[in-house]
Amino acid sequence: MSWFLPHGASTYAADIDFIYYVILVVTGIAFVVVEAGLVWFAIKYRARPGRKAAYTHGNMRAEVIWTAVPAVTVIAIGLMSGGVWRSVKSESGIPANALSYRVTAKQFEWNVTYAGPDGSLDTADDFTIRNQLHVPVYRPVVVRLRAEDVIHSFFIPAFRVKQDAVPGLNTHVWFEAMETGEFDIACAELCGIGHTTMGATVTVHAAEDFDRWVASQATTTALR
Amino acid sequence: MATTAMPHDTAHGETHELPFIRKYIFSTDHKTIGVQFLLMSLLFLFVGGLAAMMIRWQLGFPDTPLPGGALLPETMAPGGFLLPEFFNSLVTMHGTLMVFFAIMPLLVGVFGNFLIPLKIGAPDMAFPRLNMWSFWTAVPAGIIMLSGFFVEGGAAGAGWTSYAPLAANGEYTGVYLGQQLWLLSIALLGLSSILGATNYITTVVNLRAPGMTWFRLPLSIWALFITAILVLLAIPILSGAAIMLFFDQTIGTHFFDPTGGGQPLLWQHLFWYFGHPEVYILILPGMGVVSDVIANGSRKPVFGYHSMVYAIIGIAFLGWLVWGHHMFQSGMNPALGMTFMVSTMLIAVPSAIKVFNWMGTMWRGNIRFHVPMLHAVSFVAMFVIGGLSGVFMASTPVDIYFHDTYFIVAHIHYVLFGGSLFAIFAAITFWYPKMFGRLMNPALGRVHWFLTFVFFNMTFWPMHNLGVGGHMRRIYDPNQYAFLQPLAGTNRFITISALLLFTSQILFAVNFVVSWFKGAKASHNPWEDNGLEWTVPSPPPHGNFSATPTVLHGPYEFSSPLVQDADFLPQSRNLDALPARPAGE
Repeated sequence: MSWFLPHGASTYAADIDFIYYVILVVTGIAFVVVEAGLVWFAIKYRARPGRKAAYTHGNMRAEVIWTAVPAVTVIAIGLMSGGVWRSVKSESGIPANALSYRVTAKQFEWNVTYAGPDGSLDTADDFTIRNQLHVPVYRPVVVRLRAEDVIHSFFIPAFRVKQDAVPGLNTHVWFEAMETGEFDIACAELCGIGHTTMGATVTVHAAEDFDRWVASQATTTALR
Repeated sequence: MATTAMPHDTAHGETHELPFIRKYIFSTDHKTIGVQFLLMSLLFLFVGGLAAMMIRWQLGFPDTPLPGGALLPETMAPGGFLLPEFFNSLVTMHGTLMVFFAIMPLLVGVFGNFLIPLKIGAPDMAFPRLNMWSFWTAVPAGIIMLSGFFVEGGAAGAGWTSYAPLAANGEYTGVYLGQQLWLLSIALLGLSSILGATNYITTVVNLRAPGMTWFRLPLSIWALFITAILVLLAIPILSGAAIMLFFDQTIGTHFFDPTGGGQPLLWQHLFWYFGHPEVYILILPGMGVVSDVIANGSRKPVFGYHSMVYAIIGIAFLGWLVWGHHMFQSGMNPALGMTFMVSTMLIAVPSAIKVFNWMGTMWRGNIRFHVPMLHAVSFVAMFVIGGLSGVFMASTPVDIYFHDTYFIVAHIHYVLFGGSLFAIFAAITFWYPKMFGRLMNPALGRVHWFLTFVFFNMTFWPMHNLGVGGHMRRIYDPNQYAFLQPLAGTNRFITISALLLFTSQILFAVNFVVSWFKGAKASHNPWEDNGLEWTVPSPPPHGNFSATPTVLHGPYEFSSPLVQDADFLPQSRNLDALPARPAGE
């Protein structure tokens, strides 16, 4: 039962995780102060014979303090979050050299379309593989998301990636993997009977391995 | 601008006994309707809890047949193993029943009805017959909702949020009729809520007893009044959207289905434009009753009464500006994320004011830990956790990771169970003597409170950790994913805790039923409280007050130096009628 996020393997994972830990510390302090205060008051001011409660209707200064402190704190957290959000989610945040993919979600699979050796989508050398996303390490990739039937949500926990794929709408995510290996892709939005089985794998290759893999896939698909 | 309570129904003056059916079934007495809502929503609370137990069994022990699962038909659980489609129905119905048929009627239907006329000094609601209809539309809505389990294809399975297009076309879920019944039931229940809300607003504005100025209203009534305004503004949006979705399913419109040019996100905007105010509909009345109970338990005036009122209004207002925070990852323009993040964060401010003012109320008090007080203090302790965990999801980048995981499940249960349900336990145990004329057993009440508090935290606290591990919500089999396998032990722990939590509620049920018939007779004012309801017999007669009371004091004048013989001052007590006070006061 851990409060530490699982290991992050994308470039912006550390930025997101940092905000998480800041909020964890701030809310942790508020949690301890309030709960300890409640327990302390419950014990200290419990009814005893002969005592009378203080007759007071409030204290303006105390109320101003406990209005201002949370207000300043949450606005600071908001400002800190805004920058990371923009760079992760906005169209302008996508790095210029990002490699393009299209992922089309349908019940209950992720169909990954690769740009092929020429590096651009919607050309003759594109190829599509079900439930397998292969990306090079240390190279930004942008995934253009579509859905054919219902809403699905493209979730790669290790990369701190989540974005709904909505029928009739074009959405995207970008990320840059920092480690080679295999990571889980899951559907995070209830999408029907097989929702739980809608998993896939992202495989992160070293740069040269990735080029070899693309070339081999392009030939096998062309042969088919 | 308090107005005189008007004799609005000639029947009220009459002393003869009403026939059984008018007295207990089609009653227009707000107290009887409150008790009817109480029995109905406790039943739905039980059914919703039962659904939760089955969900938990599947998540904790997916490879073991459900105990008693053999009783379920083959279409739900062949051999005791839940089918994924039945699991989706359970997830949907658990959320729906708890939100719409348990928590909302428990707070608004039960305590709105029972408390408003009694606490403002009115003989009944402004529109007693409308009130009766409010209950008698809620009952068929509930029957329609449950009937989904018995039709072909099973109950609705698109989640309590019914996202389109999943919910718009039976092809996607295999549920046709069940999904339509869900929408009909929601639209009908909406009618019930609108009837109730109209009544509450009119009653509070027009039927306050002489002297019951706005700032002498108990916070429970303030909260119920503001809640009624939220209900009146929010529910029609849900009803309208539900009717549109119903047309998508049945007569081939495409409001939300892109295959005909519709917009799936439109459903989410409409649903959450209702849905976020709904969250406050579910918590504000709890905050109100808890304020009453904490002042009573602490024997002190509520700390910062005026800022408590303004905080209720502030939360209700901000609640309209935050719906987009449910949609950060939905494909909504990310530029909107910043706006919704800031408005969401700002809700922390009035919420913090309330928490600190409750603590301020306890500070230097002379606290009596009666059973309602135990629940009310637990409400504060648990609501704080629910509020703080909300900050994580309000932060848009952190929400990328936590959205649709168990972190949000933990959050909502700390607010709706740790918050609303503890407030409901506080309210039921506090006003039970007034409702039924008998006291609940305090020893049994304490044991129930203790077990509920412990098992509640054992159940829902670890769900935060599941969310931190990335565990998605609404999945049938977490073991499908390599990254979730380390969480299997936590899932089992939660399931066992949840079963214990559910079982502990037997104590409450026993106390509730047995005390009704065998409990000690309650006096007028067993808690030594100031509210007008405690000046009349328990239970109050039809028409409530033998003479319209005149209100002379605020609602929380505990331990006032003006009173020598007690540490409380009923709102209608005339101090001038006392023997001469000692000199020097």
